[in-house]
Amino acid sequence: MKISRKSQFRLKIRHFLFGMSFTDGFLSKFIIYVLLISFGYIYLYPMLFMVVTSLMSVDDLIDPGIRWIPSALQGVNYLRALEVLQIPGSIWETTSYVLKVSLSATVSSAIIGYGFARFDFPLKKLMFVLMLATFILPSQVTMVANMLIYKNLNLMSTQWSMVLPAIFGQGLNAAIFILIFYQFFRTIPTVLMESAEVDGATHLQIFRKIAIPLAIPSLVVVFLFSFVWYWNETFITGLFVGGTVTLPLKLQAFRSAYETLFPPGTPGAELNEAIMMAGNVLTILPLLVLYFFAQRSFVESIDRTGITG
Amino acid sequence: MKKFFANVGHCFRKLKTAIASFWLYRIDPIFGWIGKVLTHNFILRIENARLTLFSFIRLKVTRKRRESFYGLMFVMLWILGYLVFTLYPMFYSLYLSFQEAYYSLQEGVKSTYIGFQNYLNIFRSETLLPLFGTYLGKMLISIPLIIVFSILIAILINNPIKMKGFWRTVFFLPVVIASGPVIRELQAQDATSLPSLQDSALLSYISENLGAWLANPLEAILTSMLQILWYAGIPILVFLAGLQKVDKSIYEAASIDGASPWDRFWKITLPSIMPLVSVNIIYTVVTMSLFVEPGGILDIIRTHMLVGAPDSAFWFGYGYAAAIAWVYFLLMVIVIGIFVGVLSIRKKDR
Repeated sequence: MKISRKSQFRLKIRHFLFGMSFTDGFLSKFIIYVLLISFGYIYLYPMLFMVVTSLMSVDDLIDPGIRWIPSALQGVNYLRALEVLQIPGSIWETTSYVLKVSLSATVSSAIIGYGFARFDFPLKKLMFVLMLATFILPSQVTMVANMLIYKNLNLMSTQWSMVLPAIFGQGLNAAIFILIFYQFFRTIPTVLMESAEVDGATHLQIFRKIAIPLAIPSLVVVFLFSFVWYWNETFITGLFVGGTVTLPLKLQAFRSAYETLFPPGTPGAELNEAIMMAGNVLTILPLLVLYFFAQRSFVESIDRTGITG
Repeated sequence: MKKFFANVGHCFRKLKTAIASFWLYRIDPIFGWIGKVLTHNFILRIENARLTLFSFIRLKVTRKRRESFYGLMFVMLWILGYLVFTLYPMFYSLYLSFQEAYYSLQEGVKSTYIGFQNYLNIFRSETLLPLFGTYLGKMLISIPLIIVFSILIAILINNPIKMKGFWRTVFFLPVVIASGPVIRELQAQDATSLPSLQDSALLSYISENLGAWLANPLEAILTSMLQILWYAGIPILVFLAGLQKVDKSIYEAASIDGASPWDRFWKITLPSIMPLVSVNIIYTVVTMSLFVEPGGILDIIRTHMLVGAPDSAFWFGYGYAAAIAWVYFLLMVIVIGIFVGVLSIRKKDR
């Protein structure tokens, strides 16, 4: 049977549009890209808005005709925001504080996760369930008593009040971190550890010399997440450590800080949205840089939690 | 005289023997005991796989027991922390929630028992009760929204498309940058609602035509649509990881048997990522609930705690703060329970 030219052409078109099984055709690809781009735009809209607004002058802010492209780039906004947020000093301050907390959280959750994964002991199941349950417990429930504990220990308004719970595996989202290490250490064959034990290594040595070097990818993931989460945490940090320790907390107090630096009435220095947005951009900039470099570890972190089976 | 000396001597000798016998029978054993403790390791003794504690608790050191001891040592960090920083504070705040408690610099916490008064005050409060209602409504509407949205995005990314890594990066970005103050500033600038939604008449239509119980949460969701969608960052990745684990040959077999993409989605894709839905629901409920909005319940808890003083007519101090926190926690658990319960009911039907 001979297929006519016309129907051959029609078949080709159909193949091009719908593919072999619909999902690999042009049409479905087109729909997928359109959807992804529009959702991506929705997702990034606040970010774009932030960056664009931060570069606008006062006239641009008021002008309804200007939405995305400022008439002139205003670097002054950033200079003011830098001054108010006390960057670069405060970036160093925030980083050193967050590093302390997140490193202690990482190390302690590695130790605890190893304990849960490698050993059997009475009440282990109960403890594990309780450990996971701490994830859904709001810190507001425990903060009253914790505040009193820190007050009695004279740790209030010091960074110890965040570091101490982190060391003892009760820090921010510690349950997730312990779970990540638990899942990872379960995958290491016990034969490896047993052979080291036969050679006379103590459990601490096995942990230090075998488990930790193998767990470096998990350590990186946990460290990155705890860094980001502690950086962004403002409620408990503001309560326990102090009002202006981290950059986001400084951003929270941006208005009053601005008014002490540039008292209201100073000509040409009124606080406007553009300066606020510049402050926002500067606050998230360190995290964006971190995300840019460690993007792969962040995105592949989910596989390491092992919740997907 | 001689007799007297003899008497004294006798007494002296008697005393000497008394002291000697006291020493011998009372003091010496103590020294001996201490010596034994020091030399024989009284407190803890290990000989030939036999562990002796205080010389009367005898344990056989098996491999299992040693392992569990080391395991406990590793987890001890967590156990101590849990007892001190979580369990004790939980009980303490539960106790405080039945008290009228204020903090004073001189005396620490002063508290008097008032029964369920704090809880009654919550239900009488004109500011808190609507907030709790809005919270529940917001959860019940936005959680399914987030889950559906993240499944959709995950399926889109899972298709054979270009720049997969780029799209994953884009949709994960909010997790990295979303902190309270930043979101608050964005909200203040109306940057968290969909721009077209803001201009449409939908918002005013909703607030005019629906009851407050439904209109309030709906309005809250619509005006912070983007912020809510931002919560999908981690669920998208979880679903994506789940989708990548699904065996490709199942799809092939199904399409050979004539299943359409629609059928394949409902019969293969969805059942295989169903277990992840409950994980994501728990994660999203918790992260959404723990986000501190200005003027929200969590913010009010803090003000009650910090501003509260015995003479304050508005702020009821530590006890009231603890009571609100507990009610909020219970609501969270109930919301999680509802969602997970609904999911498991559907599972039984099948």
